Amino acid sequence: MHPVFRTVLERLGLGLATLFIVSIIIFSAIEMLPGDFGEAVLGQAATKETVAAFRRELGLDEPAYMRYAQWIGNVVQGDLGTSFSGRNASGIDRSRPVVDLIAPRLWNTLFLASMTAIIAVPIALALGITSALYRNSIYDRTVNTATLTTISFPEFFVAYILILLLASLWPVFPSLANVDAATPLAERMFKAALPAMTLTLVIVAHMMRMTRAAIINLLASPYIQMARLSGASQTEVIIKHALPNAWAPIATVIAFNLAYLVVGVVVVEVVFVYPGVGQLMVDAVTSRDIPVVQGCALIFAMTYILLNLTADIIGIITNPRLLHPK
Amino acid sequence: MTQDPETYSALGEVGAFQERRTLWTRIKLDLKKSPMTARFGMSVILIYAIVAIFAPLLAPYGEAEVFPVPYAPWSSEFIFGTDQIGRDIFSRMIYGARNTVGIAVATTLLAFLIGGALGLAAAINRSWLDQFLSRTVDVLMAIPSLIFALVLLSIFGSTVINLIIIIAVLDSTRVFRLTRAVAINVVVMDYVEAARLRGEGIGWIMRREILPNIMPPLVAEFGLRFCFVFLAIAALSFLGVGIQPPTADWGSMVRENASLIQFAQYDLKAGLTPLLPASAIALLTVAVNFVVDWFLQKTSGIRDE
Repeated sequence: MHPVFRTVLERLGLGLATLFIVSIIIFSAIEMLPGDFGEAVLGQAATKETVAAFRRELGLDEPAYMRYAQWIGNVVQGDLGTSFSGRNASGIDRSRPVVDLIAPRLWNTLFLASMTAIIAVPIALALGITSALYRNSIYDRTVNTATLTTISFPEFFVAYILILLLASLWPVFPSLANVDAATPLAERMFKAALPAMTLTLVIVAHMMRMTRAAIINLLASPYIQMARLSGASQTEVIIKHALPNAWAPIATVIAFNLAYLVVGVVVVEVVFVYPGVGQLMVDAVTSRDIPVVQGCALIFAMTYILLNLTADIIGIITNPRLLHPK
Repeated sequence: MTQDPETYSALGEVGAFQERRTLWTRIKLDLKKSPMTARFGMSVILIYAIVAIFAPLLAPYGEAEVFPVPYAPWSSEFIFGTDQIGRDIFSRMIYGARNTVGIAVATTLLAFLIGGALGLAAAINRSWLDQFLSRTVDVLMAIPSLIFALVLLSIFGSTVINLIIIIAVLDSTRVFRLTRAVAINVVVMDYVEAARLRGEGIGWIMRREILPNIMPPLVAEFGLRFCFVFLAIAALSFLGVGIQPPTADWGSMVRENASLIQFAQYDLKAGLTPLLPASAIALLTVAVNFVVDWFLQKTSGIRDE
């Protein structure tokens, strides 16, 4: 078997194992709840019978591993359980399946994330590569200081500065990104402009610094020096010699930051009241609606793990040393 | 050397270095050589510390004292106006320094206590304990910590103690990784072996033999970790699941006054009000980053690459 193939398989297996353990952790969320949460969910006036029925529905009278098997089986089939909210003491059930709550919002979140990625990735790569090339110049220092400052800012600070400037003082963009399924694409992009800009500012800083570090690391290696000494021009060195080896670190940087986007999206969605999964999760945490929290956490964790796994695999299959073993 | 060659004496220069400096002189010399950014950072941290310690003396009003006029404009009576239920924003900013920064410092300390101790233990033990801890940390780091924190907070509820413990445990994973990585190089040294043969316990070896030798990276990490913890707590409070009212806290203050930003066109000062606590957070993070940068350069000679 080709060694690259084996390494990729190993990573895939490791990723699956991580996903499995993560799902156990998220599942145990309901396990760790205090004993009286039936009353907490159903309200003070809940009768003994409704509380008992609620506990039976959650299957709390079965052993934990059985419930886990059932839960994960349902999750794989796309059933994330039923939300706690909408239940009340009288036993009338107005709750909705978690999937119905998450599905439309997931699309919104993915839209925002991909819009950000499409803007941010080229900018960050261009800034990173140029500042590595003109290292220690005034340009490099300016970009560096600017990005270090952006990294130190909380996301909501960047967001509110943008709102103040672009929505309040000079009303160019709307400060509320209230989109729904019927919103046409152009309007959707217009409304999501400020959230996307905020996220772009935050991740460009990270991505640019990491790209710069990766390239500088590479340009210091002996074979690049050899290429330079043999008379190759700067562009030739970069494109022919440096870039093939740089794909792995750059792919890692991009995937890592897209994964970071997954987390950054939570705060930004709340600031702009953007109807995405992050906002849903925060609301669910406030009302302690555990099934919804579990569903959202599972989606976030899965995306995060898969993106990191992709980065790993791209890093392996583009590594010339692994592709052409001695 | 910039000395005048006529009057320069090598003996004088060498001799000057031979006298043993006290810790205080060394600190003063280092400070004299520090770059502008680091000085700026240190003065900001000092001011924050003073404000946090003497908050009740500095604040004109109480932390949760309510006045009849909500959303009052900036005036001599209320320097930054009042918030949505009529509390003086300036006073709450001052108390916020104590609450927000205090909780962040406590969390970072706890994270270092847990992560540092386990990291050292793993580095010394290197057997099943190391394997077990390292794999656990791998899994914990596979989930974004903000998401993890949200799940845990929804289970245990948002109290300050829960917040501190949850963030500290999640952040101790990074401390564990770093401590283990740097300590492994020290554990193999002869003097550690000698201490072992002398029959010292694991506690002594951790504290007296290894810890002093891995301090510089840990101190730098403390600064960086503090920034992360501080931003994480601010973000959670901003989301409404962190520090709960009526405790004055910068993160939740931003959210409570956020609607004022819409009035920036008519009254710029009102529009700036929600940005004040946010910039207090940002300023401290920038300051700590500057100091850490300088410290890293000083202890390892690395620039930012």
